[in-house]
Amino acid sequence: MSAALWTIVIAVGVLAVLAILFGALLGFAAVRFKVEGNPVVDQINNLLPQTQCGQCGYPGCKPYAEAIAGGDKINKCPPGGESTIQALADLLGVEPEPLDAEHGAEKDVPTVAFIREEECIGCTKCIQACPVDAILGAAKQMHTVIADECTGCDLCVEPCPVDCIDMIPLSKDTTTWYWQAPTSGVELIATDRRPLTGDAA
Amino acid sequence: MTNMIRLHTFHGGIHPAENKHQSTIRPLGRAPLPAQLILPLDQHIGAPARPLVAAGDHVLKGQMIADADGFVSAPLHAPTSGTVTAIETRPVPHASGLEEPCIVIEPDGRDEWLEHQGLAAQLGVDDLRDIEPRQLTAHIRNCGITGMGGAGFPTAVKLSTGQQQIDTLILNGAECEPYITADDMLMRERAGDVVRGAQILLHIVGARRCLIGVEDNKPEAIAALNQALVNLNEQHHIDVVTIPTKYPSGGEKQLIRILTGEEVPSGGIPASLGIVCQNVGTAAAVCRAVDHGEPLISRITTLTGDALQQPQNLEVLIGTPVSHLLQLAGYQPQKKERVIMGGPMMGFALPQLELPVIKTSNCLLAPTDQELPPNDIAMACIRCGMCAEACPAELLPQQLYWFSKSQEFDKAEQHNIFDCIECGACSYVCPSHIPLVQYYRFAKGAIREERAAQAKAERARLRFEERQARKEREEAEKEARRKARAEAAEKAQQEKKAAAAADAATPAAGSPPDSEALEKLQKKLDAAQTAKTRTQEKLAAARADDSLTDKVPALEAALVKTQDKIKELAQEIAAAKKAAKAAPSAEAAAGASDKGDPNSPERLKRKWETALARLETAQKRLEQAKADGSDTVTALQDGIAKQQLRVDEARSAYDAAINGTAPASTTVSAEEIEALQKKILAQQDRVRKMQERYDMARAEGLDTVDALAGGVKKQQDKLQQLQQELAAAQNPLATTDNEAS
Amino acid sequence: MGLLTLSSPHTHGPNSTSKVMANVVLATLPGLAVMTWFFGWGSLINVLFASLVALASEAAVLLIRKRPVSFFLKDNSALVTGVLLGLALPPFAPFWVTLVATAFAVVFSKQMYGGIGNNPFNPAMVGYALVLVSFPVQMTTAWALSTQMSGSSILGFGDTLQVIFAGHSTLADAYSGATPLDAYKHLIGKNTADTVLAEATFNGWLNGGWEWVNMAFLAGGLYLLARRIITWQIPLAMLLSLSLCSLIFGWDEDMYTPLSLHLLSGATMLGAFFIATDPVSASTTPTGKLIYGAGTGILLYVIRTWGSYPDAVAFSVLLMNFAAPFIDAYTQPRSYGHQKARRGLPEKN
Repeated sequence: MSAALWTIVIAVGVLAVLAILFGALLGFAAVRFKVEGNPVVDQINNLLPQTQCGQCGYPGCKPYAEAIAGGDKINKCPPGGESTIQALADLLGVEPEPLDAEHGAEKDVPTVAFIREEECIGCTKCIQACPVDAILGAAKQMHTVIADECTGCDLCVEPCPVDCIDMIPLSKDTTTWYWQAPTSGVELIATDRRPLTGDAA
Repeated sequence: MTNMIRLHTFHGGIHPAENKHQSTIRPLGRAPLPAQLILPLDQHIGAPARPLVAAGDHVLKGQMIADADGFVSAPLHAPTSGTVTAIETRPVPHASGLEEPCIVIEPDGRDEWLEHQGLAAQLGVDDLRDIEPRQLTAHIRNCGITGMGGAGFPTAVKLSTGQQQIDTLILNGAECEPYITADDMLMRERAGDVVRGAQILLHIVGARRCLIGVEDNKPEAIAALNQALVNLNEQHHIDVVTIPTKYPSGGEKQLIRILTGEEVPSGGIPASLGIVCQNVGTAAAVCRAVDHGEPLISRITTLTGDALQQPQNLEVLIGTPVSHLLQLAGYQPQKKERVIMGGPMMGFALPQLELPVIKTSNCLLAPTDQELPPNDIAMACIRCGMCAEACPAELLPQQLYWFSKSQEFDKAEQHNIFDCIECGACSYVCPSHIPLVQYYRFAKGAIREERAAQAKAERARLRFEERQARKEREEAEKEARRKARAEAAEKAQQEKKAAAAADAATPAAGSPPDSEALEKLQKKLDAAQTAKTRTQEKLAAARADDSLTDKVPALEAALVKTQDKIKELAQEIAAAKKAAKAAPSAEAAAGASDKGDPNSPERLKRKWETALARLETAQKRLEQAKADGSDTVTALQDGIAKQQLRVDEARSAYDAAINGTAPASTTVSAEEIEALQKKILAQQDRVRKMQERYDMARAEGLDTVDALAGGVKKQQDKLQQLQQELAAAQNPLATTDNEAS
Repeated sequence: MGLLTLSSPHTHGPNSTSKVMANVVLATLPGLAVMTWFFGWGSLINVLFASLVALASEAAVLLIRKRPVSFFLKDNSALVTGVLLGLALPPFAPFWVTLVATAFAVVFSKQMYGGIGNNPFNPAMVGYALVLVSFPVQMTTAWALSTQMSGSSILGFGDTLQVIFAGHSTLADAYSGATPLDAYKHLIGKNTADTVLAEATFNGWLNGGWEWVNMAFLAGGLYLLARRIITWQIPLAMLLSLSLCSLIFGWDEDMYTPLSLHLLSGATMLGAFFIATDPVSASTTPTGKLIYGAGTGILLYVIRTWGSYPDAVAFSVLLMNFAAPFIDAYTQPRSYGHQKARRGLPEKN
């Protein structure tokens, strides 16, 4: 056998051994370091705002999460708005898209439902509509909203036969208020003029 | 000082211009009564206090006007005698400028005290040591004492250390912020109160020693405290420790580090190190409360800044408007008006001046523009790291700034943003003049908000899932019931078919079992209705009786079940009746009269007569009730109306039967009438229920009586309407019947 | 709307970016003076010219970016870039070398990243590295010989201007040559230390004036330390690691450049106190600074000894700039109340 042939045999042999070695290593790593991650539906569901409003066209956030996992668009959630779309895009590694206006607009401020109780006739229609059981009451009895549990989904407004449900914006109090980020100087001034708040350095 | 204390130091810190001399020139004064006192219900950390007074009430000085609402909360007392003019939302001293509920008191000028005495006198003991620490803590809580240093944490909560063995009590007299001298003046002029407060606090927490940390720029205060220690013969337990002047040595965590060398664990409390830390002002307030029975109704506030002509320290009543105090000190409004509550490092600028002084307001700083120039324009961060050098919490302020600015909150948390004490040292040294603290406040607020939103979303998700599960369960149950019914129906059908096949020769035999089944069903229905009435009675009783309230839900559930059963039975009866009707009508046409047939004229007549008799009895009872003036009159009237209806019904049924088979059109209207009657029955049920509730409410004197009375009226109106409709429907039927005959 | 409401703190220390930068420029003056003394007017002219170019390019970019020009020029950061480049470039470097280096530093390495505070790399060193790889001849031969070595007085001011701006390089021939670091590296190995020192370049002097230049920069650096404008970690770690490397690998003077030449020649002190300490592109955590400084020192030794460039402050600093964010992420200090530091990247869920 010639030396050239030997060289080829050795080269092939070395490569084969290497392939087996690395294959084994990878196989071992796949088993040993297996990541027990959340199923993607749960991860998506965790990013959705859980208002259960159905504005996306699905009966709740979980079904929409399943739909997204199945390939639906990520821009159908008005309560989540841009931030949720961004988070979903990050999670799924897709391009963020602007909110689909067809499903409604993002609210500026969070709201909660409020029942004008003297007008309530106790029809239970809103109770049946509420996706999170946040309305208390019984037939022929006045109903009321548990504000802390209300997700502000608006679903109870439509069914009310006497229109006694208002969506009122959640106002800040001294315990929930916090400082907003400063509107920083450098980035904002486009000219040499200095804003009123500043004095000569 | 008798014990040698080895001092430690904390990382970073700064040395801003002290500017303390201006306000210590004049002795401690007392602010005159303002025209109005505004007392926010939330002056402390924790739940806002619950008002005990109403607008128009007259209150005495020291009277509790709002009580603590929960464990972490503090009561509020009237700072002077006067009239409560309003309990409403007013702007409160908070950086947000928002409004919160306040009690507004108009002083009557008499400054009349509620009778009060020291706790020892109250309990009739001579010595403090004879009083249980728990009693002392409760007393301190009742006196509304909260931390006087800044945060306003309820003192009693801090003293309830539970299982923790406390070794050291630290009194914070460092007062490291520039300008503020409230604690300095307190220690100078009321050193005795401070030391006495330290004695009381030592007894409460059971500590071995007390360290009073005072910065070395307050020699007068240190001398006064040492003199007080000698006077009270307390040199062995209590030490006045002189610490080097460095901002922020007055921060609780920093002071603990200076005095003990230990660090409060992140997210933990000093008690876990066996340390309790209180402000000297708090100690003095504790002394006033325990020895004299005076609740926390006033505090020492520094009025300073170049915009004031007479900077000084005043003892002011809680609730005194800031404008009143500024006027006293000769306030000269600047071009860019600015008043800071607290010091220049950690205080907040007031959005307006009609705000009250609260329990934590240690300073009002009215600077001129030259004195404290408003923040310069922020330049870009050059990552010089001077902030990290100055940070007393050993954080990386600059990294936190980048993360806060770019809203990478997870990284900010990773860099321990919640360990930031917002002392402002980083902002102070920043060459780029970046408002770093504001960025951290923003990030912290946003993170907290996010956490709250996440918690809420999680709760919403669980509630949604549970609701879905419940709906599915209900659906499944319904489905199962429907199936069972369908099977039963099919079975019956098969049996019927078999019977029909078997009794093909004797067609009449088919009906008796039907009517028997109907009767059985009727009986069942009756039983169910009786059960329902009984449950309802029980429920009413349970609702009326407080001790039985826990049974209400069970009873309600039972009631619902029974109602379901009744409905089911009613449906089945209706179905059976319909089935039965087809056969008898044919039979009736053939002229055969069956005794078992409920629609036979004899039966109907009997029914009519019975109903009539019942009606008479009811009427008699009504008469009697009316005579007795008993309150069952309405119920009876209701019953009579019902009975009357039944009589009419029975009679018309009888007439119809007598007059032979009704034409097809009348059968339809009979069904309509049946529907109407059912409706009326349901309505009657409602009226009765409403009446029951009304009676109950009246019996208990609940304030829902009026509303319920209206409800009864409404329901009765509806009933009448239905009855009229029924009458209208029946009359034409009667006419047709007559015509037919 | 009445009162002025801003977040606390309401008071501010006397410090400002422009003061910091001005102090840096001030601290370079002793070094500049000594350089002028030993190497002639070239350095001074370079510093002035580079500063001018830096300020002009900064202003131009700011105008294009529609940013307030005077507001940013007042922060003195462009001035610092210009001064440092002027000091780092060879005294007889033609004006266009300085022009290209400075303009590139300010425009591409600083403003294109968003201006002050946003540049990941040290701008002056980016400019220096650019001209070093683009014009290697000018960058290695335009160094002036010190008065001690050339044996004569310095080249006159007018002549120097002609050399730099008019390209009359022959005027400077008698005064220019390779730096001692460069010469030693090329001569050693073939010769013993003694014979190398006997060469004309050294004329018996190991360092020919450079030791004084470095001493002057060291003095300037100590001033910055005293003013707390820079911290001790980076310079100390850098000088220590450089010394350590030199002692371990270069103990034989006949084989390698000796420690004294490493420490007191070339841009060592300028690099340690003025360039590696540039806060924007360096590490910021205390431990991170130590690692960063040590890394710079090791790279400096490695490139000087085994690389083809005579001096390597620019490359070692730039290479460490790459690593700075990574170093920072893993060297967070322990904070108050924590048992140990939380390091690395935040965990996802």
